[in-house]
Amino acid sequence: MSVVLETKHINKYFKKPVLFHVLKDINFQIKQGEFASIMGKSGCGKSTLLYILSTMDTDYEGDLYLNNELITGQDRIHLSYLRNKHIGFVFQFHYLLSEFSVLENVMLPAKKLAEKSYQEIEHDAMQKLKMLNIDHLAKKRASQVSGGEKQRVAIARALINNPSIIMGDEPTGNLDSYNAENVFNIFKQLSDEKGLSLLVVTHDEDFANKTDRIIQMGDGKILT
Amino acid sequence: MANWNIILSIAKTHLLTKIKQTSIAALGVTFGIGSYITLVCFMTGLNGMLDGLILNQTPHIHVYNEIEPSKKQPISLYEDFSESFNIIHSIKPKLSQKKIHNALPIINYLETNENVRGALPQVKTQIFYIAGSIEIGGNLTGINPLDEVELFNIDDYIIEGSAEALDQTDNGILLGIGIAEKMSLKVGDRIQVSPVNGEIFPLKIVGFYQSGIADLDAIQSFTNVKTVQRILGEANNYITDINVKLYDIELAVPLSKKIEEQFKLTAIDIKTANAQFETGTTIRNLITYAVSITLLIVAGFGIYNILNMLIYEKMNDIAILKATGFSGKDVQLIFMSQAMIIGFVGGVLGLLIGFGLASLIQTIPFGTEALPTIKTYPINMDPIYFIIGFSFAMISTFFAGYLPSKKAKKIDPVKIIRGQ
Ligand SMILES: Nc1ncnc2c1ncn2[C@@H]1O[C@H](COP(=O)(O)OP(=O)(O)O)[C@@H](O)[C@H]1O
Ligand SMILES: [Mg+2]
Repeated sequence: MSVVLETKHINKYFKKPVLFHVLKDINFQIKQGEFASIMGKSGCGKSTLLYILSTMDTDYEGDLYLNNELITGQDRIHLSYLRNKHIGFVFQFHYLLSEFSVLENVMLPAKKLAEKSYQEIEHDAMQKLKMLNIDHLAKKRASQVSGGEKQRVAIARALINNPSIIMGDEPTGNLDSYNAENVFNIFKQLSDEKGLSLLVVTHDEDFANKTDRIIQMGDGKILT
Repeated sequence: MANWNIILSIAKTHLLTKIKQTSIAALGVTFGIGSYITLVCFMTGLNGMLDGLILNQTPHIHVYNEIEPSKKQPISLYEDFSESFNIIHSIKPKLSQKKIHNALPIINYLETNENVRGALPQVKTQIFYIAGSIEIGGNLTGINPLDEVELFNIDDYIIEGSAEALDQTDNGILLGIGIAEKMSLKVGDRIQVSPVNGEIFPLKIVGFYQSGIADLDAIQSFTNVKTVQRILGEANNYITDINVKLYDIELAVPLSKKIEEQFKLTAIDIKTANAQFETGTTIRNLITYAVSITLLIVAGFGIYNILNMLIYEKMNDIAILKATGFSGKDVQLIFMSQAMIIGFVGGVLGLLIGFGLASLIQTIPFGTEALPTIKTYPINMDPIYFIIGFSFAMISTFFAGYLPSKKAKKIDPVKIIRGQ
């Protein structure tokens, strides 16, 4: 099976307020269709790692590969493009553009990618919303839907460009158990049925146990 | 690659949801551009009027025979004293003619010059106006009325009667309004004039002339060239002055020099004659631009402020856009477009308001003795001011938007996302 994401000897330091070695020699791979979770104590560097993997943070040592292409050192414009096309990101807080409708939020990354016509994009977006059972909210303003619904909108947005991998930073951390379960099931389904790769940071033991693989982190290192 | 559809749609949404702040920013621009248009149209209208006052009726080059002492006194012709140091006291000008020698050929020659719009002969003389027992000294100038209208707009200063009437009436006179008032004369009345040492001629009043300069209006009258020649008992080649109008006023200085050299006459160019005039124009222009630029800079700061605030409020949006694949440049373009939209809308409104105000001013009555033909405030609505005003709006909003949008470009999404 092909490797979607790979890190080689990734190290990161925070220089302020004091020099702090936050990530220590991170090496791992995520294969296609794999549903992996990252667990670890608060402050051990999970978010920091995810920001590097998502190409938003470029201030690190080591090499990062996406679909076997070396990402490290690419210029920002190209990184934006890769992020747009290949990476879907779901945050703990439902980061939506509050003044836009649900549908517009979902369509935004596809419009940026500009590989499809407006009609196709709208059709795709509606399909993603349907898949997540929130198609009835399409015309609502993003600020007017509930927390669990917002998180599903964020997932739909992450899916719109059919990315190589979805990353989540505690995507269920802010949800009640019912909605958390719901989001997990969606991820699981995407992984099983569509062969999507997922890398999700979580604190939820039950959630992690149901994934294909748990990456344990501690003190900036990968433990298992 | 910039994807304008989506950039503009995001910019539009941001602006519409902050419609109050957006309108205030746009109104700042509107105010700046509106006042610029109003001011510049009014000021240049005024300039044009005042320039017209001088330039329209003043010849670009005035050619005449100056009475002056001979530069070469007879003694310098005497060879015996050529090596000596000569002192002559009480030099007097020699009695020379006021007449320009060969005036008609000179006029013909000047009119063949391609830079010359026209060269008009005049005959100036001193006379007495006589009505009943009153005798008033004054000037009578013989002109070709129709040509004077065409080149020097004399009709702007004819408040009763017309230049045509003067042209058609053999012994007609266009009387200075001051004289008419002093002597209680009406159009159609007769007035007698007599040259300094001549007989009395009756002339028929065909109109009144008012330059706006009271001292001048109290002495100056016009008649046909032929009539003056007849009064003076001179032949029809007796011409005392030649007024030249050029196509390009800038050529007045070199051409006047040339005329002086070529014909041994005095030729005064308009720039020398009215040097103080340009200073006034320059200062009025300076004030107009200083005020407008100040207003636009204030408007620019308004836009700068509001964009800065908007960016601060939209940190989350910026982080989301960047996290989902928008580049820093896209984000910068989103905020730049907002600035430019504010500038565009504000600018267009400003042009409309400026146009409206200028049109309004144009209808306000404005009467002045100096300009009998002007009834309302002068406005110069040159399209170039609208083009300048609009470019100004776009350029100032560009600069006002540049720094904030640059800041938005540099925002690190990780910092914002972590901050939550
Ligand atoms: N910008 C920063 N500057 C300095 N230290 C930071 C910064 N961001 C995070 N840290 C520190 O790095 C460590 C890892 O943070 P983070 O990756 O957010 O942990 P986690 O997501 O695992 O809870 C923490 O100790 C945190 O205090
Ligand atoms: Mg974290």
